[in-house]
Order: sequence, then structure tokens, then C-alpha cells
Amino acid sequence: MENLIWLIPVLPLVGFLVLGLGARTLPKSIASVLGCTTIFTGFILTLLLGSGVMSHGSVEQSIGTWVATASWSVNFGFLVDPLSWMMMLVITGVGALIHVYSAGYMHDDERHNYFFAYLNLFVFFMLLLVMGNNYLLLFSGWEGVGLCSYLLIGFWFNVDEYNEAAKKAFVMNRIGDLGFLLGLFLLLNTFGALDYKGIFGGDLLSHAPQGVITAITLLFIVGAAGKSAQIPLYTWLPDAMAGPTPVSALIHAATMVTAGIYLVLRSIHLFELAPFSLEVLTYLGLATSIFAATIGLKQNDIKKVLAYSTVSQLGLMFFALGLGAYTAAFFHLVTHAFFKALLFLSAGSVIHGLGGEQDIRKMGNLRKVLPVTFIVFAIGTLAIAGIPPFSGFFSKDQILLAAYGHSPLLFALGLFASLLTVYYMFRMFFLVFYGNSRTDHHTLDHAHESPLSMTAPLGILAALSLGGGLLNVPAIFGGGDWLQHFLEPVIGKVEEAHISASMEWTLMAIVVGLVLVVIFWAYRNYAVQKQVPGAEADEVGMGRILNHKYYVDEIYTAVFVKPAQQLSEFVGDVLDADFLDGLVNGVGRFTTGVGKVIRKIQEGTVGFYLFIFAFGILLLLVLELFF
Amino acid sequence: MLTSILLFLPILGGLLLLLAKGSQAKWISFALSLVCGGISIAMCAGFDPQLGMQFVAELPWLPNLGISYHVGVDGISLVLVLLTNLLCPVIFWSTFKQNPEHPGLHYGMLLIMQGAMTGVFVSLDIFLYYIFWELALIPAYFLVLLYGAFERNRIAMKFFLYTLVGSLLMLVAIIYLSQQNSPASFDIYDIYGVRLTPNAQLLVLLAFMSAYAIKIPIFPFHTWQPDTYTSASSGTTMMLSGIMLKMGLYSIIRWVLPIVPGAVAANQNWMIWIIVIGVAYASLIAVQQKDLKRLFAYASIAHVGLIAAGILTMTESGLQGSLLQMLSHGINAVGLFYVCAILSDRKGTNDIAALGGIRRLAPWFATAYFVVLLGTVALPLTNGFVGEFLLLSALFQKSWVWSLVAGSGVILGAVYMLKSYQGVMLGKENNGTFADLDNQEKGVFLPIVIAIVVFGLLPSLITHLSGPAIEQLLQQINQAIQAN
Repeated sequence: MENLIWLIPVLPLVGFLVLGLGARTLPKSIASVLGCTTIFTGFILTLLLGSGVMSHGSVEQSIGTWVATASWSVNFGFLVDPLSWMMMLVITGVGALIHVYSAGYMHDDERHNYFFAYLNLFVFFMLLLVMGNNYLLLFSGWEGVGLCSYLLIGFWFNVDEYNEAAKKAFVMNRIGDLGFLLGLFLLLNTFGALDYKGIFGGDLLSHAPQGVITAITLLFIVGAAGKSAQIPLYTWLPDAMAGPTPVSALIHAATMVTAGIYLVLRSIHLFELAPFSLEVLTYLGLATSIFAATIGLKQNDIKKVLAYSTVSQLGLMFFALGLGAYTAAFFHLVTHAFFKALLFLSAGSVIHGLGGEQDIRKMGNLRKVLPVTFIVFAIGTLAIAGIPPFSGFFSKDQILLAAYGHSPLLFALGLFASLLTVYYMFRMFFLVFYGNSRTDHHTLDHAHESPLSMTAPLGILAALSLGGGLLNVPAIFGGGDWLQHFLEPVIGKVEEAHISASMEWTLMAIVVGLVLVVIFWAYRNYAVQKQVPGAEADEVGMGRILNHKYYVDEIYTAVFVKPAQQLSEFVGDVLDADFLDGLVNGVGRFTTGVGKVIRKIQEGTVGFYLFIFAFGILLLLVLELFF
Repeated sequence: MLTSILLFLPILGGLLLLLAKGSQAKWISFALSLVCGGISIAMCAGFDPQLGMQFVAELPWLPNLGISYHVGVDGISLVLVLLTNLLCPVIFWSTFKQNPEHPGLHYGMLLIMQGAMTGVFVSLDIFLYYIFWELALIPAYFLVLLYGAFERNRIAMKFFLYTLVGSLLMLVAIIYLSQQNSPASFDIYDIYGVRLTPNAQLLVLLAFMSAYAIKIPIFPFHTWQPDTYTSASSGTTMMLSGIMLKMGLYSIIRWVLPIVPGAVAANQNWMIWIIVIGVAYASLIAVQQKDLKRLFAYASIAHVGLIAAGILTMTESGLQGSLLQMLSHGINAVGLFYVCAILSDRKGTNDIAALGGIRRLAPWFATAYFVVLLGTVALPLTNGFVGEFLLLSALFQKSWVWSLVAGSGVILGAVYMLKSYQGVMLGKENNGTFADLDNQEKGVFLPIVIAIVVFGLLPSLITHLSGPAIEQLLQQINQAIQAN
């Protein structure tokens, strides 16, 4: 089995090539079956690797050299250790479900086959990202998923707005990537290697100066902030919702955007040596989490709400990483992949059922019309809210507990972010499924529950959102912290803050109690009183600011984009065309001018020559006589 | 022997074609360039990276002046020979549809250019080198003059004079160097043996670099380039950007670093500063270009600037990266300018605003264009990535600020490439139809796309050829610097 590791990423690559080249000839049914099969096979193979990972700690395979210089080299080498194995399970598992769902969701799209080709390509790069045994392959996957994200956000490329969103995502990611790249250069300069073994294997780390390690990790954080949509580079993610909904679920919720968390975990031994960077992660994550959650309060597009919730949840994961709660962060990554994929796909089911409607103000009372969607959406919402025994409860609880271990204030702020999430999620939930129906008759007449290919994946994801917490049931519930022990070979044993069992119970009670209060409040507002958010233009004060997302896009445009354009025009038109080229042409004209004057000397005018001749002789005579 | 065939087959063939009339010219030139491509591959196959200079031919020519016919290839020049002779068939083939007037003249010029450029890469006598250097310029001048699209008199003259001025300064330095031996010698090993005072080194450096900075071109000596690339026919532009500018980059490695290493070490700081600023400068200008061909011209300035900066770091990764990137830039430039050629063929314009919505109409074309774009923005696993990574990391070794400034090209590169792709290919269709690639056009893109993927996955194909030669060169440089 260890010899077949390479198949796991290569299968979707082959899938991409076949689907891409055969896009116009393959029937849709074959294309979707093929697209799903490559991913599902990868999932099975990953499962089969499990025993090897558990017994040996990790399995590796190298299929050749990629870059070799005199001083360093990297291979096409794959490393499957507990961290990458779990990531692979999420990528291929959730990925396969989303592929199946897409078969239904994209069925009527004329570019259905291209869609599957791109999705397969995405899975290939995502697997490369987590499976590579060196930073260069990680970076390759990192850039590759960015490319697929670009292709899929702008999938409907005849709409200019979508193209803009796609470009924005790629460019903002590239800004982060430059930071990441500089971090890699510094890493290479410091350790003379880019493969994990070369860097972490020996005792190089203990000799490296701390300032350098801090610089490397800070540069990595820049990259992570781009890919995982953290302040200040998060603004692309809400716009990325332009892509088809399965894309939002797979790329912009479950997998790609978690690459930043993976990067930190993969480099955890560096971060452990850089307390300052960890602190940056803590506050950056916390700030993003609260900031995005407040914006979520006032969004009316079903996917935008989920997008801001993703930004906020990713912030929470970085918060946990900064606090040293590595398992909790990763645990939340996994459960979030389950419930956020579920939420996106069920939102897709709503959109699909309503013929493309995304505005929650135009929905309402849909639970009868879309009964299956209603149930799974409810499960997803309960999971993200952190109601026991749903998976989100366990992972979020561990993050908040770790925060309390640092300071009650951090606990309170983390809790605040969570409660905001609970409120806007239930606001959306009640607006969509309760209250009065605000859908026009025509749409409602055509409204329908989604086909089995869509509802079946929803069911499985709902089960995972419900039971995913079992991965890491804490001791207080009689669990064995399985995930924590499983990850120990990668992230090491982490000193946990000592919190007494009674304190733990108390905190849990506070959290769950407050969550219930907030849910009730949302219920009262949107289900009982049946409030409906008004038009954007009617918003005033803070509501208006939140509705406009703190005007961050407008500020970026004014501060960065416009000046850069003006600079570009100035450099191009004035500096280059007028000044530099003018200078060159000036030299040319000057030479021509001088040439015109000098040419007189050799124009063949005999009189002029004679004149010069005579003048010269005279001059010589005069000189001879008088000096 | 193989080297000499590679030189004289296209030059003699080209001269004969100049005299010939008739439409067979394109096939003859294509066949000859294919033969040359085959020979260059055979040379690679027979090349042993550990053995230094190979396929050497040496004959006395003007012995009393110290000039000889001395050619050969090492791991560095072989990469350029390969680039030249594998790209030329593709370039020639790509022009078939345009049916240029006076085909004998057109294809004869192209062949002479091919041979002359190969000559620059294989010459081991600096006088011979100079002859090929200028010989390559003459057909280029006529191609720009006769087949340009607009203002061709002015543009061709500017291109010719500007590059000539630089070359003459280099000629002065060459003659000066040859006279340092007694008896005078233009042979590479004698020239390498010349010991110069620091002041003389500086003057030689400046003289050489003025020729190369203009030829490549490096900011701020680039102003001839956008007009020339935009006006010239696509085939000419491909020859100029795909191959000819590499003469300048290669010459820095072959003639500047080993001859005046001390001066390079002493002056690399300000030179690299200017160049990396130029990278950001050209990228910034590219962002707002309205003509696609002109946009690619500025993008080219940015890309080759990075290569030049990497070379001047005199580090292993800088040199290795420069060779990889010269190859990649050549491949990608041909692809990009072919995109322009197809657009003007179909739509009669390269104006981005006048285009749009083509992707839906022509999926093969869209795919080919996009793959070339990916190579250009250096997406990992495409040919642009490893070279760019090595170049930027070489800059980083010397100063992180340089890699940051040059790295801004990474961001801006994504901006201008995606922006132009979006304008040309995406969005709503701007009136009418657009035929997808036919077989002949696919035949141009196919080798390019394959090369983009192959060199992205297997850069070792190149680095194993050039590795030992680069190491040896660096040793030579370090010894010379220490001896000073």
C-alpha cells in the first residue's frame, strides 16, 4: 500500500486531464461518474493507509527528484503522517461528497464537464499541499489551489462581476504568497533545506537565532492571512461567493481556506520557538473573528452570511493556534469542514430549489417546501452554534477552554465572537425557514426539494456534523481525547492549562446557557415577531456601516488600488514615454543636428575646401611668424 | 563538427534563400531549422556535463591578429543553443499563415538570424563572437523595417542605432582586451587570463554592460523595445524576445563575470538596485497597457530584468535560475506573441478593449493562452516557477529588500496577466465570431504547452547539463576575486 501513495494525488490529476480534454465529447453522466470516482478512490486508498500511519507514525514515498541544486534539493516526495492523513481524509471524503452533490447541482449547466475537471484539479493541488514532504511542494499546492479557486470563482465567466471577484481572489492571495515566498527564502538561507526532514529532523532548530525564526513565522502568517482570509487580506473571500455553491463549500469553507492553519501546524516547531508570532496569531485571529462576525449580522445574501461566518471561524482557529491549543484548532478545522460544507450545500439546495434566489429577505417559511434541506440546515446551524452534542460544541468548547486558561478576558472575547455567530446564523435560519413566506408565487410554484444526488451527501454531512465531536471527546465526558493523542507525533505533547473539572463544567454551562439565550432572542425576533431586514438604503448608523462591511473595500480602493493605478499611469505616460524615451530621442536629434553641421565639412564643395585650405596655410604662417 | 554545421547550415541556407524567389522558401527554412533542432538535440545526447567544453572546432583564421575560428559548447551555452534551435522551427512554422511578402527574403533573414545567434552562443573567440553579434542585428533590422506594422522606418532605425551604439562600446573593450596579451589574442582562454587593474576592469565592465543593457534591454535602456516589439511582425518579435535578447544575458555570464569579476563584485550593488527597480517599474507600466502586444513587451522587460539581476548576484542559484528562466522566457514569449498573432489575424487588432468573450467561442485557444499565462506568472509545476524561485532566492541571499522589490513583480504579474486575459477572453463577446485553433495553429501551441509542463516538472533536464559548468565558472570567479 505504501507504494501507492502517489496514486492518491495523481488520480484526480488524471481525472482533470481526461475531463478537460474530453470536455466536449464526454457525456455528462460519464464525466460526473469519473470525476467522483477519482476522488472516492483516493478516499479509500487514504483509509487503507490508516493502519500504516497508526503503526509506524508515518509513511513516505518519493517518486523522483524535482529541483536539485548544488546546495539543496527537493523531491516529489509524499509524507503521510497523522496531520496530513487527517487532512487527506477531509479533502477526499468531503471532496467526494461535494462531487456527488455537484452532479445534481450542476446538471443543467452547459459547462458541467469543465466544472468537474476543475474540481478534480483542485483536489489534486490540495492533496499536493498537504502530502508534500517539503515546503516547495506545499507552496506548489498552495498556488495551485489558488489557481483553481480563480477558475471556479469565475466559472461563469461571461459575468464581469464574477471575473472581478476571481481576479481579486487571485491577486490578494498573491500578496500573501509573496510573504510566504520570502519566508521560504529565509528558511532556505537559514537551514539550507526546504524538506521537513532536513529542517526539523536534526537539531538545526536549536541553533537558529530566534529573531530569524520569528521573521520566518511572521512571513508565514502573511501567507496564511491571504489563503485563510484573515485581516487584512480577507476581503476576497466574501466576493468569492460568486462561484457555484459546491465550490464555496469545498474550496472556500472546508479545505483550501484551512491551508493557512495547516501551514502553521506543519511549521509548529518553528512557531513554538517564536512566542511573538504566536501572540500575533492569537490577536489576529481574535480580531478577525469578531470583526467578520459583526459584519455577518447585517448581511442578507445567504452565501455572504456563510462567507463571513467562515472568515470568523477561521479566525477562531488561528486564535486557538496562538494560544497553543493546537489540537483544538485542528479539531475545529475538521468539524468546521463538516458543518460548513453542510451549511453551504444546504444553502445551495435552497438556492437550487428557488431557482437561483440568494436573498434571505425573499425567502421565509420554507420548511414545508424543502423538508430535507430544512432538517440538515438545522443540524448545521446547531453544530456551528455549539449546542451539545453536535460536533461544533466539542471543538469550540476546547478553544474557549484554552482561552480561559490564558485569561478570562480572552475567554470572554472568544465567547463574544461565538455568540455573534450564533445570532446571525439563527437569524438567517429563521428568516429562511420560519416567518412569512416572502417568495413570489411564480418561484414558489416551481420550488422543489433537491434530487437524491444532492440530498444524500447532505445526509452524510449532517451525520458527520452531528457525530464529528466523537473524534476528540474530552476526559470530562469520559472520552479519551483520541485526536490529541493521534496528533502527538506531529505537534508534540502540549502543556495544558490546568482547569479543574468543576470549573470546566461551570464554563461549559455558561457558554451553552448564553448560546441558548441568543438563539431564543433570534427566534423571538425572526420567528415570532417575524421581523424582516429592510432595504440596504434604509439602514442607519452602525447598521449601515456593518451592512457596508465597514467600507473596507472602499478604503482599499481609495488607499491602494487607485493610487497604484495613478502611479502606473504616471510611470508609463510621463516617466517612461515623455522623460526616458524623450531623452533617448533627444540624444538622437542632437546627434542628427550636429551631424548636419559637421556634414558641411565633407559635402564636396570645392570652394569650401579651398577656403579651409587657404585659411589653414595662413594660420600656420601667422603662427610661424609671430611665435 | 556538429557545432559548425549548426552555424553554417542556416547561414548559408539563408543567404541562398535571399536570392531565391518563390513560395517554397518557408518550407525550406522550416526543414533546415528542423535539422538544426535535431542536431542540437543530438548534441545534448552526446554531451557529458562533467567534461567542460565539447564539440570544439578550432582553425586559424587571421593568425597575425590573434583571431581564430574557435567554437564549442559547454553546459551553459548548450542550453542557449538548444533554446535557439528548438524554438526556431516553432517560430518559423507560426508565421506560415501570414504569408509574408517576398518569402525568400523573409525566411532567409530568419535563417541567417538563427545561425548568427547560435554563433554568439558557441563562439570561443571574442572577435568571432562580435561578428556573430552584429550579424544577428542586420537581419533583425531588415525584418523590423520591411515587415513592421507602423512607423517602421523610425522604429527600425532607432532599434538599429541604439543597439549599435552599445555594441561599438563593447568592440572598443574587446580590442582593448585582446591587446593585453602579447602577441594579441582574441581567444577566450587568453582573454580569461588577462589581469586588469580595478579601473580598467570598471571601464571594461561599463563598455560591455552598455551593449548588453541595451540589447536585453534593462531599464533605463529599454525605450526602443516596446515600440519595436509592438510594430514588428509576430515572427520577428518572437525572434527578438524569445532568443535574441538572451544573447545579452548569456554574454554577461560568458564574457563579463569571468573577465571582470572584481568589478562586478564591486559594482553589483547599484547595478542590481537599478535592475530590480526596473522590474517593478516595467511591471507597473504593463498593468495599464491597452494593447496586448505592448503589455507583453513590458512584461518581458520585467522578466528579463529579474534574470539579469540574478546573474549579477554571481551565486549558484542566480546562475542556475537564470538559465532555467532564459529557456522558460523564450518558450513563453513565443506563446504570448503567438496569441497576439492569432488575435490580429482573426480580429485585426490587439486592443484589449475591442476584444472580449473569446473563451466561449474558442476553447482550445483559450486553454493554450491560459497555459502560457500560467507559465508566465510562474505557477508552480509550470516552467516559469523553479527559475523564478531560484532567481528571487539568489537576490534574497544578498539582500531581502531586492527580492521584495523584484517580488512585487510576482503580484503585478498576476494583475496584468489576469487583467488582460479577462479583457481579451472573458466577459461579453464583442461582436461576432472567432474561429478556434486549426491544426496548423495547434501545431504551434502543442510543443509550447508540452515544454511548459515538462520543464516545470523536470527542471533537472536543464540543471544537470548546466550544473557542473556553473560550478566551474563560480570557482574561476572566486579565484580571480581572491587573486586581486
